[in-house]
Amino acid sequence: MTESNPSGGLTMEKVRQRLQSGEGPAHWRSLDELAQTDEFAELVQREFSHMLPLEGAGFDRRRFLQLMGASMAMAGLSACSLQPEERILPYRQQPEEIIPGKPLYYASTHPRNGFGRGVLIESHMGRPTRVEGNPDHASSLGKTDIFDQAAILGLYDPDRAQSVQYLGTPRSWEALAEEMGNQLSAQEGLQGAGLRFLLQNTTSPTTISMLERIKERFPQATLHHYEASNDDQARQGSQIAFGQHVHVHYDLAEADVILTVDCDLLNDGPGAVRYTRDFADGRRVVEDDHEMKRLYSVESTPTNTGTLADHRLALAPARLESFMLALATAVGVPGVQARPEAELENWVWAIARDLGAHRGRSLVTAGDACDPALHALVLAINDRLGNIGQTVLVGDAVQAFEDSGTESLAALVDDLNAGKVDLLVVLGGNPVYDAPAELDFLAAMQKAETRVRVGHSFDETGRWCQWQVPVSHWLEAWGDVRSHDGATSLIQPLIEPLYRTRSLDQILALFTGDDAASDYDLVRETWISRAQMSEKQWRRWLHDGSGQASVASLDVSVDTDRVRQAASTLGRTPGLCVLLRPDPTIGTGEWANNGWLQECPKPHSRITWDNAALLSPRTAESLGVSNEEMVRVSSGERSVELACWILPTQADDTITLHLGYGRTHAGHVGNGNGFDVNPLRTSQGQWLLEDISVTPLGRRYRLASTQLHANMEGRELVRTTTLAGMHHGDEHHESGHHLNPDDSLMPGFEYDGYRWGMAIDLSTCSGCNACVMACQSENNIGIVGKDEVLNGRELHWMRIDRYFEGDPDQPSTYLQPVMCQHCEQAPCEVVCPVSATVHTDEGLNTMAYNRCVGTRYCGNNCPYKVRRFNFYHYSDDTTEVLKLQRNPDVTVRHRGVMEKCSYCIQRINHAKIEASVKDMPLAETGLVSACQQACPAGAIEFGDLNDPSAKVSQWQSSDLAYGILTELGTRPRTLYLKRVSNPNPELVRS
Amino acid sequence: MPDANATPDAAKILLRPPIIAAGHTPATVTDKISAVITDATPKWWYGGLGMSLSLLGIFAISVAWLLFKGVGVWGINNPVYWGFAIINFVWWIGIGHAGTLISAILMLLKQDWRNSINRFAEAMTIFAVACAGVFPLLHLGRVWRFYYLLPIPNTFELWPQFRSPLIWDVFAVTTYALVSILFWYVGLIPDLATLRDRTKNRAVASIYGILAAGWRGSTKHWHQYEVASMFLAGLATPLVVSVHTVVSFDFATGQLPGWHTTIFPPYFVAGAVFAGFAMVITLTIPLRHLFGLQDFITMRHMDNMAKVMLATGLIVVYGYAVELFIAWYSGSPYEQFMVINRMTGPYKFAWYALILCNFLAVQFLWSSKVRGSLVGLFIVSMFVNVGMWLERFVIVVTSLHRDFMPSSWGMYTGTIWDWGTYIGTIGLFLTLVFLFIRFLPMISIFEMRMIVPESAKLKKEH
Repeated sequence: MTESNPSGGLTMEKVRQRLQSGEGPAHWRSLDELAQTDEFAELVQREFSHMLPLEGAGFDRRRFLQLMGASMAMAGLSACSLQPEERILPYRQQPEEIIPGKPLYYASTHPRNGFGRGVLIESHMGRPTRVEGNPDHASSLGKTDIFDQAAILGLYDPDRAQSVQYLGTPRSWEALAEEMGNQLSAQEGLQGAGLRFLLQNTTSPTTISMLERIKERFPQATLHHYEASNDDQARQGSQIAFGQHVHVHYDLAEADVILTVDCDLLNDGPGAVRYTRDFADGRRVVEDDHEMKRLYSVESTPTNTGTLADHRLALAPARLESFMLALATAVGVPGVQARPEAELENWVWAIARDLGAHRGRSLVTAGDACDPALHALVLAINDRLGNIGQTVLVGDAVQAFEDSGTESLAALVDDLNAGKVDLLVVLGGNPVYDAPAELDFLAAMQKAETRVRVGHSFDETGRWCQWQVPVSHWLEAWGDVRSHDGATSLIQPLIEPLYRTRSLDQILALFTGDDAASDYDLVRETWISRAQMSEKQWRRWLHDGSGQASVASLDVSVDTDRVRQAASTLGRTPGLCVLLRPDPTIGTGEWANNGWLQECPKPHSRITWDNAALLSPRTAESLGVSNEEMVRVSSGERSVELACWILPTQADDTITLHLGYGRTHAGHVGNGNGFDVNPLRTSQGQWLLEDISVTPLGRRYRLASTQLHANMEGRELVRTTTLAGMHHGDEHHESGHHLNPDDSLMPGFEYDGYRWGMAIDLSTCSGCNACVMACQSENNIGIVGKDEVLNGRELHWMRIDRYFEGDPDQPSTYLQPVMCQHCEQAPCEVVCPVSATVHTDEGLNTMAYNRCVGTRYCGNNCPYKVRRFNFYHYSDDTTEVLKLQRNPDVTVRHRGVMEKCSYCIQRINHAKIEASVKDMPLAETGLVSACQQACPAGAIEFGDLNDPSAKVSQWQSSDLAYGILTELGTRPRTLYLKRVSNPNPELVRS
Repeated sequence: MPDANATPDAAKILLRPPIIAAGHTPATVTDKISAVITDATPKWWYGGLGMSLSLLGIFAISVAWLLFKGVGVWGINNPVYWGFAIINFVWWIGIGHAGTLISAILMLLKQDWRNSINRFAEAMTIFAVACAGVFPLLHLGRVWRFYYLLPIPNTFELWPQFRSPLIWDVFAVTTYALVSILFWYVGLIPDLATLRDRTKNRAVASIYGILAAGWRGSTKHWHQYEVASMFLAGLATPLVVSVHTVVSFDFATGQLPGWHTTIFPPYFVAGAVFAGFAMVITLTIPLRHLFGLQDFITMRHMDNMAKVMLATGLIVVYGYAVELFIAWYSGSPYEQFMVINRMTGPYKFAWYALILCNFLAVQFLWSSKVRGSLVGLFIVSMFVNVGMWLERFVIVVTSLHRDFMPSSWGMYTGTIWDWGTYIGTIGLFLTLVFLFIRFLPMISIFEMRMIVPESAKLKKEH
């Protein structure tokens, strides 16, 4: 139908395209608009000509019915993009598993940067609403990170690419297949010599097999890869150390003494959630107060891991490398001879002795940004400590590509510039935005005759490609991916594609000549046909979302000669340097259009919606810049301008710039936020730039930080103790200013049934924000935008307070998640004039949104400042597609209403109903709050305080438990467990 | 009614300025005051009303935008959930208090000098309460649900929450408005009858006639009037104390450092009277000049009002001192921090300006020269008007912006819409004042006639 109709008229296909090219939610509106055009009338006449009355009959009943019929037909058009037509049949019999109002959970895997984390997807009546961790999956153990939590928003992103487009006009998949067929048949004679593919990191067995098939068909075609956030330097390091390509992951459960070297072990990378869990299990002194893992962090820029370190050193890269050389010497790595800086000598020896005393049970890790030689050195230290095979697990390489992304991309650029490329297919990534600056990728790319862009949205790269091919979201498509330990898990779709999109494997199939294959067939082919999996095994795997073995461990040994050679290249001249890092919340820009992640405060600066040049107070002083002042950072010819943010935990002489901002074609949410620092980034300087200069520009730029004051002002909000102090019953930080909670003239309320409470373990919380994102996704919390954050109006029901304490040169970061404390004597309740916030007989402090008139008195009177007010109508209820994401169990709040943490009352009620229907104890219903469910460290416990066996009751009765601001007589139900550290006695200053 | 023989000796009277100028008879009093209404409208009145109406226009625009967008157009945030709306509410309510004090308490105390200023002060009370009442409504997030605050029987059997001071506010302010309006209206009846009789335009006369409720000046009427006004004065007297006490509970029952203090009720009441007298002086000085009413509102009135202002001002200053003392004496780190933050924090300018306006400026009133100078009095009263607004700003904003959790500390600035609404209510107030002075006797004619004998006596002495 596409080509056969006269070009002037409107075809059904065009209507469909027009509907799909619009913003998702506007479907109905564009339908209305369409209905009024001449073209539409013509279309109706043509499509329904047999129903036309005689000419001049006027608008009679029949005509009316026709138009109604036509409207219905059009409605069907739009609806079928959500659900395939054949499934819209009403249920003749109610399917067993679908109960309206009860969510279903399916196992899937969230792929990110080439690796996957097992997740369970909550689905309400066929629409996925939430991502939770899969307890059976080794990378998750039921927990998630912020990206898993926020991924659901990406599915419903209104800015997603919705149909194939050629030069901005919609085309059908058939048209794309035809065009590609023409191109490929031309290439077939050349064996694909003019064919180039640019991919991202991948570990997917199906994708790898598709790529192999492409290579079979076009032996001269080349596959390139580039990913802005990559572990290339770590892999190069292990290549040096082991002499082969391997996959390294860690077993933190076995590690008693850990040293992280510029490495956010607990927050970064595919294994972070699992590592956090294993680490926290060894630090949770509330349950076992004998053993506690010890953590040292040496880093240039603050990491979440560093906040939990018992000893943290902020060192610029030059000092850090010499520190590590000295440590390697102290540990006894053969061939390395270096003396520590005098100032750090006791650190080196203390850490070396501690590591040495835990042979086989210690671990040293280096971050992705470290030099390959440093990675090799770290592996050599681990080898010397007997950790390889114990805490450092080495297996076969799992990534599709062995070379580094920058080499691969440079080769592609050379080919492009040499005019060798006829057809360039860019699959994922966004190289026009994030490719190394010196390659000038955009200019090179334009030399390819035909450019095909496969992506989620019409981004910076898509703009410059003729063909725009929309790829399905992982919640819409079949796939497979490997976990941090190398085990493969399945990506199972939860919903038919919302738009006319296809999975990446399906799109690759266009180039294998197998374009009819469904994504399901492709994945099954990999496993059933090639890997000989039985149907039963497949189903089991699909159901559990896990069960595959991790990658087989390799018997490797460290080649000390190569390490020694590499280590000799280490050692830099000290001086001001720039550290480039993926942004803590929006990565390298791939999450820029995700409002939840944009508004999620950066763990250390608490900035939202922007990146900034992070520098230490001393560096700021020496450069003569002040907070929020614009500076120009130059490296050679290249420079960027951005605002400064002074961070006391930043190492002196370093400036951290986060990637991912300054996007111009991210979408409505992501455009125009922050500063693009990619112009500074080169193949050689991916993470570290030396010889830089900084010019203050005198202008100011307002950064929206959610926390303006970092000093605890001597208030006992975060209380700390040490493992040794705990054993000696030391009442560290206690003062006489505390009211006994039972000091009341009035008798307390008797809770006969449930009595809800929460406890938060500050010893294990690394401030990763997973709870904040989980809360946002569970409770339909809106985003307010940068201006409103600047106004102090963010809506997050829970926040992570960050304080700096101690030595101003090396301050400690204390983090404290704070949400409604559900006070027994809640100050908010008595002042509400309309009883919109009341106490339940289970101790909850609840909000009745439809009763609230918005006097905000409760917010004033809340000492914890956890109440949040809808100053405007923040909930987006006009974008249709976003409505699909909302949790149907939680009210979407209106303007003028106060809101706050409810302890996930919807979950409580579900659990209570389930317990009463099934006549079982509540503890067996698995009731958890959303924040508790997400927390990788297991630092949040929630439950019934009337149940003495509940973990929360045990935690609350521990000696470590304390409430904040209890002297006000509020009697909070959320208690905190003191932050216990396990310092090395050798390093504790007397 | 003072008897010529019973008055204190002449020397004593001469020491104090008279409360009415010499040579007036009941007829001249009536002529002079009603002439303001029955004569042709002076040109400046149109100008004044026009200016007031344009300010009122700002109010209309600000409120329309507020209702359209939500309270987010204001500068309020977390932690400063209350801003200009509550500051202005307390400021306006405070201003109203002078009127009630003059009309009720001074009446019960038989202070004749009040007769020439009570009508105007009462009117000011009502207009100020009208301006004040706007803010608690507008500050609601969902103003269309304001009736949730009223004890209206409903099928949900849901009542307001009587433990909340905001509900006490609702009762206190509505009672205050009601009693003030009644008191004012009852006091107006004899004068409305005078105007009915003097107005030549029949249509206008009938309006005054209806409002005069059939007043013929019979002894029985006068008797009933006396009873009613004494009764209403008795009702209004506790309101002088109770309304601002309840308003202070909005803060005192909260647990914020800077709010949670027992000094607030007396301190607020004194502050209210202080602010009220300042406003009466501010308005009286130009009006008596414009209408040539110097004979009735004499320097004696100015002197008396200045003294009340000085006395109440000193009580307010005592309040400040007690706050400082208690912050130290309580040993509470939060209270201590609050005081230090007021004096050295980001809003210290407001605190120092407040001390300048409410403490230092008022000390000039010790001097009878300043009390006898209209310019001096006007300047001091303007200082107090500003100072009392700043006082509420300091209480509301500096207490809220840094409370218990340092992580949640924030800053507050009023937006253009905050200012628009505030200036707009000044427009509302002035519009009502201009309409009042044109259409109703701003000095109580019949009460002035009662003090005519003093005028006659003054004449004799000359």
